[in-house]
Amino acid sequence: MYDLPGYRRPPAGTQPNLVHPPYRSTMTRAPALPLVPLPTTLSEITGPLFGHTQVRPKDSDLTVHHAGAPLGERIVVTGRVLDADGRPVPNTLIEVWQANAGGRYRHPVDQREAVPLDPNFTGAGRAATDADGAYRFTTIKPGAYAWRNHHNAWRPAHIHFSLFGPSFLTRIVTQMYFPGDPLLALDPIVMGIPDERGRQSMIARFDLDATVPDVALGYRFDIVLRCRDATPREDGTGWS
Amino acid sequence: MVLIPTASQTVGPFLHIGMNELNTNEIVGDGERIAITGRILDGEGQPVPDAVLEFWQANAHGKYAHPEDQQNKPLETGFTGFARIPTDTGGGFRLSTVKPGPVPARTGGVQAPHILIGVMARGLLARLVTRIYFSDEAANAADPVLALVAAERRATLIARREDGKDRRYVWDIRLRGEGETVFFEC
Ligand SMILES: [Fe+2]
Repeated sequence: MYDLPGYRRPPAGTQPNLVHPPYRSTMTRAPALPLVPLPTTLSEITGPLFGHTQVRPKDSDLTVHHAGAPLGERIVVTGRVLDADGRPVPNTLIEVWQANAGGRYRHPVDQREAVPLDPNFTGAGRAATDADGAYRFTTIKPGAYAWRNHHNAWRPAHIHFSLFGPSFLTRIVTQMYFPGDPLLALDPIVMGIPDERGRQSMIARFDLDATVPDVALGYRFDIVLRCRDATPREDGTGWS
Repeated sequence: MVLIPTASQTVGPFLHIGMNELNTNEIVGDGERIAITGRILDGEGQPVPDAVLEFWQANAHGKYAHPEDQQNKPLETGFTGFARIPTDTGGGFRLSTVKPGPVPARTGGVQAPHILIGVMARGLLARLVTRIYFSDEAANAADPVLALVAAERRATLIARREDGKDRRYVWDIRLRGEGETVFFEC
């Protein structure tokens, strides 16, 4: 018998709606039928564990993988991975990817020839959190990215973040945004989250303490993963 | 302290740049080798060539490679239970793995053999979670999760055993519309 504490659900509205008509591809790809509530079982409480064995120190510096230095404003992105009770999540893998300083991705699908590729920038990085849940990337600030969702559509500058955490239910892929970006309020992907607190959860803050003098501006981005209830959930979704 | 979990966003069309090093379409382990093939289709029946699927399963004994699994069952070295596969240009995938064993249910009894799937793609603002069961498993009839699903939709969770002596199953995902796959909120 495995009557396990489940994972707390995030407050209503703080995660995106799957169907969000302004983001056009949700209308062909997001399920139309309601999700089926599933009580947590051993299958969900477990999950793949990735951490330090997956990364080399150089993986977290996106500026050192080519013969020369990439163009753009050099930045440090650092923060902690916490659970919703504020406890650090140690030794968990973070994967990131991003456009170059001009807003172009090194990917066959991105054919915007008006914006050049940077021969010195791939845009992929990995890190694992330390015992305190902390991580740190060195990179360049990505440019805004034009896309075809609607007329004159621009994605705000962002870095994609992928995390695993301690179970199948803590897995999350998100995007980190930069504070004060006027494109945020116009972006259908950001605005797919109804609650302002959810949108704010993805915006880094400028942090002078994280800045490397003469070298790189610093941004702090803490990431919060779901956490477990103290006791098995009594919400009527269990079976007997 | 209660913090709000960070919101999810789509992986977008360029996920392959950053999500590649963990990719594998093979889960090694002891037991019966099986293959699962399928395609992901959107609401217009078009293949989804830019999705990524993540698989999570127990070994042949029904034991997960994870410290929360305290069952007294063998766990062979090298078994991870995880695979990550980006779909190909036709929206297809192929997983080579071991058939998972039954795992404990929440309040006694067992769950029929199954694999958890996370689906991420452009157009999906959050990961979708579903399960694969196996058409040749009598235990499906008593599975407590399948029992939560309306009878007419259960087939979307069941991989079809193909004829032939190798163990091959076919399982397609329909993200939306006719025959829409069951996705779970968990
Ligand atoms: Fe992007």
